[in-house]
Amino acid sequence: MVRMLPNILKNLFSKPATVKHPFIKREPFPEHRGRIIVFDMEKCDLCQDCERLCPPAAIKVDPEAKTITYDPYKCIYCHVCVENCLQRAIKAEPAYQPPAYQKQLVYHKPEK
Amino acid sequence: MKLLERLKDVGGVIGMSEGKTTRKYTIFPFGPQHPVLPEPIQLRFMVDEEKIVDASVNVGYVHRGIERACELNDYQRNVYLCERVCGICNFMHALCYCMALEKLVDVEVPERAQYLRVIWAELNRLESHLLWLGLLADAMGFESLFMQFWRDREIVMDLQERTGGNRVIISTCVVGGVRRDISGQLAEHFKESMLELKRRMDKLAPVILKDSAFKKRTVGKGFLSYDDALKLGAVGPTARGSGVAKDIRLEGYQAYKHLKFEPVVEKDGDVYARTLVRFYEVYQAIDLILEAFKIMPEGKIAVKPEKWPEGEAVARVEQPRGELFYYVKGNGTNRLERVKIRTPTLANIPSLLAMLPGYEVADIPVIVLSIDPCIACTERIINIRKDGRR
Repeated sequence: MVRMLPNILKNLFSKPATVKHPFIKREPFPEHRGRIIVFDMEKCDLCQDCERLCPPAAIKVDPEAKTITYDPYKCIYCHVCVENCLQRAIKAEPAYQPPAYQKQLVYHKPEK
Repeated sequence: MKLLERLKDVGGVIGMSEGKTTRKYTIFPFGPQHPVLPEPIQLRFMVDEEKIVDASVNVGYVHRGIERACELNDYQRNVYLCERVCGICNFMHALCYCMALEKLVDVEVPERAQYLRVIWAELNRLESHLLWLGLLADAMGFESLFMQFWRDREIVMDLQERTGGNRVIISTCVVGGVRRDISGQLAEHFKESMLELKRRMDKLAPVILKDSAFKKRTVGKGFLSYDDALKLGAVGPTARGSGVAKDIRLEGYQAYKHLKFEPVVEKDGDVYARTLVRFYEVYQAIDLILEAFKIMPEGKIAVKPEKWPEGEAVARVEQPRGELFYYVKGNGTNRLERVKIRTPTLANIPSLLAMLPGYEVADIPVIVLSIDPCIACTERIINIRKDGRR
């Protein structure tokens, strides 16, 4: 009991190791992946590199219809597309993927 | 006995012994869903009152068909798939797959990338061993030790998030190198965190080394002799706990050839010895990471493969649980013809069945956990028919 006492007192007055989640939110590190992925269709030249590289095949590029179909529920957030896009048209925004009604997001290339 | 007879006919049931028809035994299933087991595996025990007489195993509840999926994908995309074979040692799977493929596409990995790979591999080992030490404490009802190990594990998880990008699946290994670099401030933070982890482990060491309650549950339980460990093909900490100095890292793959270390070996062969092996390996991993940072050269971190994989190759890696084996066959296109994975748990299951008889039912959780079973990795289809054909 005497040997336990310092430990008990220390645990009583020290800060908890956990974070009180709903009140204090732990910010992810800047190096963190897993953010929302956004396509900038103004920059995109529909080269299909992202479609070829995407490991779970979450991106489908249709050069004729000039659209990109992206499935955020298939995406594993590996950021291969972000790193390899030559036009830098794919960006990772600092937010998490919100809930959605449709599984697939369709981006259209604007007409000029 | 009828149940046993019937079970013997079913493929996938290993470890049946014969000639125990004189007494009445009870057969009870342990799993596939059980509070102790993190993943579904079914063990059937033949017990005489409280004593285990025989054990058999049934796996196949979480088969995912990853090997087949590997044949359908581009070989560079497979890295991310192979990582998902096992969540805890994800980097090791990617590393092993990449090592096998680098032989096929003739790529020399840059020196710096080799060191970075060692750092991440040892970080995975830390993650896995700390998780396991916590789970063992939880299996024997030592809740506070479980929480303390998992609290300290957060250091490792945060490092994985900062260096790799994710808490668990870090996806940093690619064919030809690594995707991210650890340098500057991040490297300093990395080293400081490792020293902090070492200090925290020093605080927990007396519990593992001296605590009487902990020893009472582990010392002398689940004995596996040196000869049995060799005969049954035990790998990793299970073999090293029985005195077999077997460690694939000694082969010197990647940057391990430049690092000095000796495998941790304990001779007792019980659950306590396996615990000690893993606990000392935590220190060893910290030392290896610090040493790797000290002698890591500057330079490129990746080279691009120039040709398609052709031919056959194997690669072996020392995972936290033992030896991981990849066989890869390419046919000159961007898709592979065959990928075969053998995970360490599959090699350790026969040893587990040899450990169990003779102990009490209350010791089952501790003994089963002592091989660190990772079931989802193990699930590969091998249909062994009655006539022995595959």
